[in-house]
Amino acid sequence: MGIRGKAAIVGLYEIPTKKEYPDRTTYGLMAEVARGAIIDAGLRKEDIDGLIGPESLNSIQLAEALGMQPRFTASMTVHGASGAASIARAAEAISAGIVDYVMCIFGESRPRSSSRLTAQAQAGTQLPPASRTTEWEVPYGPVIAMNGWYGLMKQRHMFEYGTTQEQFAKVVVDQRFNAAKNVNSVWYDQPVTVDDVLNSRYTNEPLHLLESVMPCSGAHAVIVTSAERARALPNPPVYILGVGGPATHHDIIYTDDDITTTPVVDSAPTALQMAQVNARDIQMAQFYDCYTILAMACLEDAGIVQKGEIGPFYESTDTTYKGAFPVNTDGGQIGAGQTGGTGGGFRHVVEAARQIMGRAGERQVKEADLCLVNG
Amino acid sequence: MANSEYTKPLPRQLEPELTDPFWEGTKRGELLIPHCSFCAEFFWYPREACPHCLQPGWEWVPVSGRARLHTYTVVHQPAHPAFADDVPYAFAVIQLDEGIRMMSNVVECDIPNGLEINMPLEVVFDTVTDDWTLVKFKPLVS
Ligand SMILES: [Zn+2]
Repeated sequence: MGIRGKAAIVGLYEIPTKKEYPDRTTYGLMAEVARGAIIDAGLRKEDIDGLIGPESLNSIQLAEALGMQPRFTASMTVHGASGAASIARAAEAISAGIVDYVMCIFGESRPRSSSRLTAQAQAGTQLPPASRTTEWEVPYGPVIAMNGWYGLMKQRHMFEYGTTQEQFAKVVVDQRFNAAKNVNSVWYDQPVTVDDVLNSRYTNEPLHLLESVMPCSGAHAVIVTSAERARALPNPPVYILGVGGPATHHDIIYTDDDITTTPVVDSAPTALQMAQVNARDIQMAQFYDCYTILAMACLEDAGIVQKGEIGPFYESTDTTYKGAFPVNTDGGQIGAGQTGGTGGGFRHVVEAARQIMGRAGERQVKEADLCLVNG
Repeated sequence: MANSEYTKPLPRQLEPELTDPFWEGTKRGELLIPHCSFCAEFFWYPREACPHCLQPGWEWVPVSGRARLHTYTVVHQPAHPAFADDVPYAFAVIQLDEGIRMMSNVVECDIPNGLEINMPLEVVFDTVTDDWTLVKFKPLVS
């Protein structure tokens, strides 16, 4: 059962991830990668009959702006998981025979930093809409961005499993090594050392600044089609063998389990079983990495290592593109930047496809047929 | 000890009709938690239907205020500027003895050296304005 091998990624395109594209609009960046992905797949715009985009853009407005007439549209609303989930939804719609070619596209041109500062100053005098958060969390002083939540998770992981700061830092070092070789990454040619990470300031102890992503501008797109159609197209097809994705809670503290356990304990077995693949056979991983701790906990929950063993694993394993078990070979979000419009979680899909197609250039992983992606 | 110059964000309620009793309770020094009349589970945060059995009948039940520190982070860069004078402070997940978890601060404690995961805590009521009393936690002295 399931959608094993029924759909494949056949084209991809991305533009460099940068702190900002000062003279470019979000729709402009989206148009550029849409065109690039269609050309890369050997298709025409008229062929695309499905469109999946980010929550930040209404999918019908996106279709209109791109001059497309899809029969199937969706805006993904699962935050960082949106990019990976879009591939699952595309494969399902294709397997059901509803559409032939789906474009999944994510990105944003973030406002210039000067206008962001103005907006922040205004926001200081304006109250956000009342929510569960404004009643039960904000009065106690949350940290900037999501740093607080992942600091809480990291602290508990260190307590339960003895994971060390040096082990967390190694994640950053390996990913920045990969990013240093990726011309599309915001940290191109800027590797870091363990000491650099440990000497970066705490936004909130035990979380260092360099363990956190930098919000960026950019865009990425891929084309998904049926396995049958894929064989007639120029790129080597990247078959989607299995998918899984529970949505159990929005915030870390509202899980029933310990907060170091992620929903990947359910999604990975579901995907692997559909794919008829054992976690041991996975050759590389592209895993959502807004912060070091999340990628690490998810790798454990996926069964790449036992729960609690991710620290020693990183300490003893080269996870760069040259290594024994490559992770986030384009640098991931920590190395390459967190593209807005939930594009940060889509880069993992794009890099997985690029590696499996054998198009990663200097960063090409030697054995790259089976990749596990987590959003 | 109400402070008229309190500049930090006060609780802003999404569903005041639902949660007013909680905040009335804190002013009296009572910690009230939703307890389902059907499945007898406590739950947090308050919502109209119990998240365990989806039935709407539940009561505010006073609890002991005894808790454990499930995890914490020591804040150096708060999201809201009004917390700048308090850094470093503890933003924490508190696990009540009744099982539910809530966000709060650990106070009356050496930060960060006095903090330890699983340390026993007890509730303190922090009256920050005439209208608002926040729920915080301090190390339990036995
Ligand atoms: Zn119930």
